[in-house]
Amino acid sequence: MAAKNLPMRDALRRALMEEMERDENVFVMGQEVGVWQGTHRVTQGFLEKFGERRVRDTPISEMAIAGAAVGAAMAGLRPVAEMMTINFAFLALDAMINHAAKIHYMFNGQFKVPAVFRAASGWGNQATATHSHTPEVIWAHFPGMYVATPATAGDAYGMLKTAIRNDNPILFSESIGLYPRPGQVPDDPDYMLPIGKADVKREGKHVTLVTYARGLEWCTAAAKELEKDGVQCEIVDMRWLRPLDTATVFESFKKTNRAVIVEESLPFYSFGSEIAAQIQEHCFDYMDAPVKRVSALDVPVPYSHDLELMCFPNAQKVVEAVKSIL
Amino acid sequence: MAQDVKLTMDGTLLNWLKNAGDAVKSGEIIAEVEADKATVEVEAPADGVLVKLLAEVGDELTEGTVIAQIGAAGEASAPAAAPEPPAEAAEEPAPAEEKPTATASASVTEDGRIKASPLARNIAREKGIDLAQVQGTGPDGRIVKADVESFTPAAAPAPEEAPAVAEKAPAPAPALSGRQTYGKLPSGDDVEIIDASKMRRAIAENTVLSKQMVPHFYVTAEIDMDALMALRSQLNASLEQEGIKITVNDLIVKAVALTLRKFPNLNTHYYGDKLVRHKRVNVGIAVALPNNGLINVVSPDADRTALSAMAVHHKAMFDRAREGKIRPEDIRGATFTVSNLGAYDVEHFSAIINPPEAGILAVGSARKVPVVKPDGSLGVGTRMKATISVDHRVSDGAEGAQFMQHFRSLLENPMKLLV
Amino acid sequence: MALDKATLLDWYRQMVLIREFEEACQHLYNEKRITGVYLHLASGHEAIYVGAVAAMRVGTDHIITAYRDHGIALALGMDAGRVMAEMMGKRDGVSGGKGGSMHLASAEHNFYGGYAIVGGHLPLATGLALACKYRGNDQFVISMIGDGATNNGYFHEALNMSGVDKLPNIWIIENNGYGMGTSVEKAAGNPILHERARGYGIEDYGRVDGQDVIAMYDAVSRAAKHAVEHGPVLIEAMTYRYRGHGVSDKQYDTRLKAELEEWKATKDPIEILKRHIAKEHGDVSAELDAIHQAQLKIVEESIQFADASPLPNTLEELFAHVYVD
Repeated sequence: MAAKNLPMRDALRRALMEEMERDENVFVMGQEVGVWQGTHRVTQGFLEKFGERRVRDTPISEMAIAGAAVGAAMAGLRPVAEMMTINFAFLALDAMINHAAKIHYMFNGQFKVPAVFRAASGWGNQATATHSHTPEVIWAHFPGMYVATPATAGDAYGMLKTAIRNDNPILFSESIGLYPRPGQVPDDPDYMLPIGKADVKREGKHVTLVTYARGLEWCTAAAKELEKDGVQCEIVDMRWLRPLDTATVFESFKKTNRAVIVEESLPFYSFGSEIAAQIQEHCFDYMDAPVKRVSALDVPVPYSHDLELMCFPNAQKVVEAVKSIL
Repeated sequence: MAQDVKLTMDGTLLNWLKNAGDAVKSGEIIAEVEADKATVEVEAPADGVLVKLLAEVGDELTEGTVIAQIGAAGEASAPAAAPEPPAEAAEEPAPAEEKPTATASASVTEDGRIKASPLARNIAREKGIDLAQVQGTGPDGRIVKADVESFTPAAAPAPEEAPAVAEKAPAPAPALSGRQTYGKLPSGDDVEIIDASKMRRAIAENTVLSKQMVPHFYVTAEIDMDALMALRSQLNASLEQEGIKITVNDLIVKAVALTLRKFPNLNTHYYGDKLVRHKRVNVGIAVALPNNGLINVVSPDADRTALSAMAVHHKAMFDRAREGKIRPEDIRGATFTVSNLGAYDVEHFSAIINPPEAGILAVGSARKVPVVKPDGSLGVGTRMKATISVDHRVSDGAEGAQFMQHFRSLLENPMKLLV
Repeated sequence: MALDKATLLDWYRQMVLIREFEEACQHLYNEKRITGVYLHLASGHEAIYVGAVAAMRVGTDHIITAYRDHGIALALGMDAGRVMAEMMGKRDGVSGGKGGSMHLASAEHNFYGGYAIVGGHLPLATGLALACKYRGNDQFVISMIGDGATNNGYFHEALNMSGVDKLPNIWIIENNGYGMGTSVEKAAGNPILHERARGYGIEDYGRVDGQDVIAMYDAVSRAAKHAVEHGPVLIEAMTYRYRGHGVSDKQYDTRLKAELEEWKATKDPIEILKRHIAKEHGDVSAELDAIHQAQLKIVEESIQFADASPLPNTLEELFAHVYVD
């Protein structure tokens, strides 16, 4: 398939634009999505192309952005609501968790909520404590939501299209650190990656690295480093935190018998906790070492740069975790 | 069933030409070893997959050392070339960095449970392998898949079968790792980063284990050595013809052995609610090695062995240790250890117990010092200080003191050593 | 406002049905045949629901509300038996027994449901109206708002966005004077709640007598035209609830008994409508009585229907509709 090398930001923009061209019911709403061209430039050029009706600048009202997206979706539209950053989505948790995720169930299937909540997630540039979260697991905790966490430009392209065409409410997390990262993006307006299917990004036989989103970068670098010592890492990029493709994790683990889980987020009640629990529950007799986790440190993120960097995982921490269980 | 790759000569491992997991053909060169006068190629003895590499580049190996194992395709899986040591001494009749007792217990937790991964347990169950017989090579001595897959009863002489330590009762195992670090590794021009050798890491594990688990107490005594030094001169003069030379250390080992015979409680090993009292007195002797490192050789039945025979045996063992040609029996079955730094002109020191032993005797130098003679006049005498470290779980201060009292009386009345 | 007799009698029918249905619910709760902890009765509010629903094209226009939702369901013409079955958590309930008292809904009637997080449905109403405007049709959205909900952030954000985008929302505050036990005066800096419309650029229709179904019908009918042509309207409907906030917490009801008695004696919405019918159309007491009896029968039949409906009890039912497949 022909493909272009595009930054993830451009891949997302292309996916969103093509979906809006394809389906009149798809529209975007959020803070600064129109005149400002999108805080992260994903909706650059949209206002000019689609007009105010389909590119809706909103007040700074996260509860209303999320709630109105739910209402519009119930009425049959396919809103793509942008949370400028995922930190602000905390304000909209009730609308997303109590409403978006539960309406289909609570009313016994009478209504669908095909809304996509895009949110820029992550840390860096000394954004400080309230602006340095990767809290996707909060949404993944609740049945009724899907949670997309792409790690590459191509995946972001195929997953956003899938998300927009899916009839369920979806948190679509975009890692801020990955926006500029280039990747191969297929030239196919119907390129769709299946909901809840993980991707083995690298094959290996000695240890399984389970990760998502930005963690893939650290895992890939660590795998290259470890290869020098003869350690072959298999990297499972989950792509979606819900549905969670545990089958692919188990298959890999049964081959390598060891796992290190790498997540950008905090360690308590986390992605790592969940994967580790699932592995021990389903692969107990295949475990040849304890399952290790590499997570952010359990502390609010401070301003000062060196302290900020200490908080987060990196390739070296992944290497050390792998070595500790070999 | 895995097949061993054995060395046919002494030498230093120069190079691995294959990695763990690689398929090999019979006759294919898998490693190079630097022997005395030439570089020797090591061939694979059979077709198969290199399941396990049991030596590292730079290791000094003796003839007969199993440096690798070849198994059927599919058996290979462990990342044996990984940075952590994939093999342990217990399977090799080669320089063992760890004391046999400690090695034997490396896969056993404090409460006596065998430390094995669920996968290793599963495979052991399917193959009918007794995990108590398997040496673990995973972190903290855990038995992992590779250990049970490469396990053959013949290829793994169980260290527990060593003469003096017949009990299979579990010994204390590491509570915390000796590999603890202190955060970020320093870097820059002012420091040089050196990989810790296998032996260094083994010593680290063992001493950390001991200091964390064993409650030490110490008793020091000063001993009048004049009579002993005089007797030694007489003995050596009479043995000169036979080329035998008895050292102060030999006499000390003898004295320790006889004292242990009188205080069997200190020849006892602690196993939780059980105490293992050894009927044989095998005295371990710490030997410093030329390029750093330490190995404990064993003087078996030191209470019953004649001094002259003991002296010959000790010298031969020390030479082997320093040349890196130690034999398995040289390091098996210590029940108590002596560490003698007398050669370095030290007043005295205290030593760390080798679990599960109940004590270790640290011996300083015999030095000329001003002394008050029995008649009250001042003079010059030869004195030596010795400090026993005792596991308080096994014994108490009074017994430690009595031990030292008896030990001193033997050295101060050295004829008793010959009886 | 001139209304024909049939219309008035039909409104009377609906209001009596709601009243008797709610009384039956209280009775069934006391008998532990309705077992859920949450049951918020609409007695006293009937005129608001019947008047508002009368002003909309059921199945074309849209309506959404909070947890005091039985009255709207019945006013919309939803089957009383299936509503009662939902109260009892039965398989034939309008939400399959998964919603209960607070989560009645009917896609067929464009009734988007009752919601149990105070204020949570308000931005949904904004979004429903956004969809109307997006499609350029002439439909509007009625959203009920409890007086207590006017004080949380949802109210502010949802009404502001509605005002910014000039969406066809009709916002109706059901002001019964108390948010649970706290009076409006104690909860709102400015207890004249309709005045908040001005802050959002929303048309302020002021206070409307929520006990007078005709006044409600009139106000909502005018609001409908305004909403579609110009943008949102806010109505403050003054009412009083006859029962506690919910059935399970009536013992904490802090209201004065005298206040309740006065409302019942002088401002009962059914009595007000009866007087109006009598004034306009003479003595119709026989007809009213027949209607009343018929409603009692409907309620009785709804209970029989609900009793007969099976309880959902399979894993398939438990997990159905978590996601759209």
